[in-house]
Amino acid sequence: MKAIEWFTQVLEVLAALAAAPLFLAWVNQCRAWLSNRSAPSLLQPYRGIRKLFYKDAVLATNASALFRIAPYIVFGTMVLAAAVIPSMGTRLPFTSAADAIALVGLLATARVFLSLAAMDVGTAFGTLGARREMMVGFLAEPALLMVIFVASLICSTTALPAITEHLATESLALYPSLAFTAVAFTMVLLAENARIPVDNPATHLELTMIHEAMLLEYSARHLALMEWAAALKLFNYACIGFALFLPWGVSVGQGPLALIASVPILALKLALAGGGLALIETLSAKLRVFRAPEFLATAFLFAVLGLLVHLLLRA
Amino acid sequence: MIAAPSALDTPLDLALALLGAWVLIGLACLLRPGDARWLCRVMFPAGAAVGAALALLAAVSLQLPAQQQVLPLGLPDLPLHVRRDALTDVFLLLLGACSVGISLFASGYFRRDQGAPPGLVGLQYHLFLASMGFVLLADDAYGFMLAWETMALSSYFLVTTDHRVEATREAGFLYLLIAHVGAIAILLSFGVMQGGSWRFTFDAMRAAQLSPGWAAAAFLLALFGFGAKAGLVPLHVWLPEAHPAAPSPVSALMSGVMLKTALYGMLRVAFDLIGDARWWWGLAPLSMGLFSAVYGVVFAAAQSDMKRLLAYSSIENIGILFTGLGLALVFQGVGMSALATLALLAVLYHALNHAFMKSLLFLASGAVLHATGERNMGRLGGLIHRMPWVAWSALIGALALAGLPPLNGFVSEWLLLQAFLFAPQVPRTFVNMLLPMGAALLVMAAALAAYVMVKFFGVVFLGQPRAASLRDAHDAGPMERLGLWWLAAGCVLLGLLPAQILPALRRVSAALHLGTAAPAAAPWWSLVPLADRQASYSPLVFLASVAAVVSLTILVVRTLYHRRVRRTAAWDCGFGGLTARMQDTAEGFGQPIRHIFQPFFAMRRELPSAFDTAPRYRVWIGDRWWRGLYLPLGGAVRGLANAVAWLQQGRIAVYLLYSFVTLLMLLACVL
Amino acid sequence: MHALSLQMLDALAALLLLLSFAMLSQRRIVTLVNLLALQGGVLCAATLLLAWRTHEGHLYLSAALTLALKVIVLPRLLHRLIHRLDVYWDTEPMLNIAGTMLVGLVIVVFAFGLAQPITALASTATRSAIGIAVAVVLLAFLTMITRRKAMSQVVGFLSMENGLFFGAMSATYGMPMIVELGVALDVLVAMLVLGVFFFQIREQFDNLDLHNFESLREDK
Repeated sequence: MKAIEWFTQVLEVLAALAAAPLFLAWVNQCRAWLSNRSAPSLLQPYRGIRKLFYKDAVLATNASALFRIAPYIVFGTMVLAAAVIPSMGTRLPFTSAADAIALVGLLATARVFLSLAAMDVGTAFGTLGARREMMVGFLAEPALLMVIFVASLICSTTALPAITEHLATESLALYPSLAFTAVAFTMVLLAENARIPVDNPATHLELTMIHEAMLLEYSARHLALMEWAAALKLFNYACIGFALFLPWGVSVGQGPLALIASVPILALKLALAGGGLALIETLSAKLRVFRAPEFLATAFLFAVLGLLVHLLLRA
Repeated sequence: MIAAPSALDTPLDLALALLGAWVLIGLACLLRPGDARWLCRVMFPAGAAVGAALALLAAVSLQLPAQQQVLPLGLPDLPLHVRRDALTDVFLLLLGACSVGISLFASGYFRRDQGAPPGLVGLQYHLFLASMGFVLLADDAYGFMLAWETMALSSYFLVTTDHRVEATREAGFLYLLIAHVGAIAILLSFGVMQGGSWRFTFDAMRAAQLSPGWAAAAFLLALFGFGAKAGLVPLHVWLPEAHPAAPSPVSALMSGVMLKTALYGMLRVAFDLIGDARWWWGLAPLSMGLFSAVYGVVFAAAQSDMKRLLAYSSIENIGILFTGLGLALVFQGVGMSALATLALLAVLYHALNHAFMKSLLFLASGAVLHATGERNMGRLGGLIHRMPWVAWSALIGALALAGLPPLNGFVSEWLLLQAFLFAPQVPRTFVNMLLPMGAALLVMAAALAAYVMVKFFGVVFLGQPRAASLRDAHDAGPMERLGLWWLAAGCVLLGLLPAQILPALRRVSAALHLGTAAPAAAPWWSLVPLADRQASYSPLVFLASVAAVVSLTILVVRTLYHRRVRRTAAWDCGFGGLTARMQDTAEGFGQPIRHIFQPFFAMRRELPSAFDTAPRYRVWIGDRWWRGLYLPLGGAVRGLANAVAWLQQGRIAVYLLYSFVTLLMLLACVL
Repeated sequence: MHALSLQMLDALAALLLLLSFAMLSQRRIVTLVNLLALQGGVLCAATLLLAWRTHEGHLYLSAALTLALKVIVLPRLLHRLIHRLDVYWDTEPMLNIAGTMLVGLVIVVFAFGLAQPITALASTATRSAIGIAVAVVLLAFLTMITRRKAMSQVVGFLSMENGLFFGAMSATYGMPMIVELGVALDVLVAMLVLGVFFFQIREQFDNLDLHNFESLREDK
């Protein structure tokens, strides 16, 4: 069984690497359909990344080594996060190295390096983006951790695969607290991945942009890695959502067949989640940046409320 | 009474001898009081060597049973008692290990004239170190208070090293004032704890049976006294004044080590001396700690003076420490001693971590201050190019303080959160619901700490230099680098090897009567808090994986594609003329926090009108506690003093009358 | 009672709480009324489920009553009022949304703590939801406190009634039928009276902002 666990691990990481741009493209396609535009091809992100890799990297004269290493670190942390999240199987060898709290720490590391890199060249947009990103982060991170806290209390473990396994194998059970945290998680997902209503991934409008502002100085392979990392981040968040709220269909150590079966199930979940995400984005309007803390505070409070509901109804 | 030991054969003797060595080094500084080179080339390195020996000794003796001794020192019939146990050793380790880095740095730092003669600085510095050590070793109230006051006084003189500046003198006075108000509370607490036996050894206090009311009074007095030293809100006002005023190595020592002696005192009193703690006592440090954590970090985010920023961040970390202490007390009070141990371990580990990372950052800011003469972050920037050594070590400290894995700040936060996960099991209504919300606040404080650290590092070291004078900033000297890297290495090692260090710390739980829970079975590289819990974290694997993925990515990108790089000016959106002033200032970076946490601040803003030819924008951030608590209190004291002042009539006859009346009253009482 | 139905009841209770919070954070009065209707719907579903599981006949009746009154009649009445009075938005609430929610959170903790002894006393299978019922009542109160428009206050009042009803249901499987009918009638009458009131207020002050009432105070 050990071999299959390692195989699952490698498969998950590779699948995340390969499918993340596709998932992003799928969300974009859905958004295009919903707003009656003709959609870009599903392969568009891949083409973009490939093109960027072939270009010459242009660096600002005063960019430091931190600026050059940051894309690799951001990308690396996202890949590692994909290794912690049980998207196909729950028996993952890497689990013992990082539990869900460490996963949140991992995502925070990526955010900090991204922000620091944005401040490195010292342009107006970079620092502006970094400040806003950290503002979103300091509210979104506790909310995410509270979401995980509730699931950890239900399953009495903080290891994400163990949580998924517990939730997936239990006889059908409804957890009202998870309903609250699901709302909170969706809000966090939108905010953390620079989606409407907190940020708009499609524009470079200075008054509102967050994520794009931080990438303005990047080009070529560095930009490619950053874009890929952003896609991976969205993919990872979706998979965290599945692990907590839609755990059914993952392989919980039943062998190769279950693992094979989990692939189309994951694809189906992703397709649905992408559609849902596009729908939410189409239906909502971009918030003013000042309103974003309110949005995130609401997410945080919903997560805490989920915790309270859990404590009362289980007591 | 035991005579003076003939040979240095026990760890306790050795520890005392090392503290004595620090005192001697301090005195030796006076041999050549005006000679900065004597101080820097010989004395500080010698002090660092003593620190290293002390750390080594503490690490070894952590495994040994407790031991006590009576010293042939002190007043007649009041000999000093000393004792060391696992708790003492942990804090001695902290003191020794941190002082190595700080002393090494100081030997580079104090070359320049700081105001006071170098010999005096050296004396006070080493006395400060020795007194902190003796606070940890003292085993009776006299010895403890003696060391405590020496610590306060020597640090006061160190704070006011640059006494030519008025603000520094004021900061020093405020510090001394609050330190003494706190010391009185501690003294009173000892007075309560002796429980009518009128013997002030700690053994007598352990044996004393206190009624619940008196025990609670002793606990609250101690919380007030040690809280004042630690900088718990609302007793924190001295901290953001004194830390920036002091020379950087002293700030590092005060923030990294001295604040921890207050934590030590609190742990000693709450778990050891009072003994049977009630569970609800824990709620006081817990709530004060949580409030301090959020309050401190919010204020840190709004600062533009880098040392003030770090000082406020210390308030945050003290808050985290007291939160953990409160949680441990609650757990212990309801009889969940394994969880109490877990929370306690988190506290101890965080104390160690904070000592390293905060000292590191204070030293880094000291190096910046040294090189640029500037504390205001609004006039710094881009120093990563000029001071790479300082910048990269500061980056380690900043990432650690931001609580990011795989560095050390994350480990203790992880442990504390694991402890908080069990809080719903506390069998008390309300408490079991409010405690998990405390975890939410804790996490928010940690996330805000990341914000603060991005601000600190980003504004000071990244971007373009905001002032022309920064172009000729020089990097730190070799001794300073050594000190910085010692502390940075501490941060990394504490982050990577918690599974090796924590089992040693577990002995403290026995010393504090929490019982000895068997550590969970786990592979050597993995950290598992409790046996029956599926939670583990393995920083070594973590770091290895990150390193592997990152280097693999670099390798793949470079081999499959190319490594061409062109350098050009930063993109200016086609407008031209990108200047350093277009970056966010420190104030700008704090703006979202000021906006979101508006009620926290007493804020005054000066906005330019649209027609100003030379527009100025100013913002003052004040502490509401000043106007809300301290100024009224000061006013009340002054009013009271004025009321008493009428006694001073200026006529001899009246004064004689006072004496006469007093004499009559005394006689009436006696007869 | 079947474990799954219990869980579903818990989930419905949580949904009630969620809706209460949604109402607390909502600025648009139309949406507020829709949320109220939704809350009524959830309440109706919970009552039906309980009736089915406990075989208490009268609960079917009260479910029907809830459906008729709280999901259909009252919301429609309110919508008509909104339309005729032309009040679609509440002005900025007294406390910002995040602050209100924070207070709401504290209230929920308080309610849960308050309900724990009651929960221990009650013998029904649904007793764990009592805390939620108390919380819904208090949150509705908070909604009323933080709003300025009379319309939102009426909605808060009705939501409070929902909470009371749910509390009675989960603590004792519903109030006696006669009480329930009485309450329903009361609510309906109160609604009508308030409707008349609104028009009076508007005629007097030209709008429905309750700030105007401050001018009625006798000056010292």
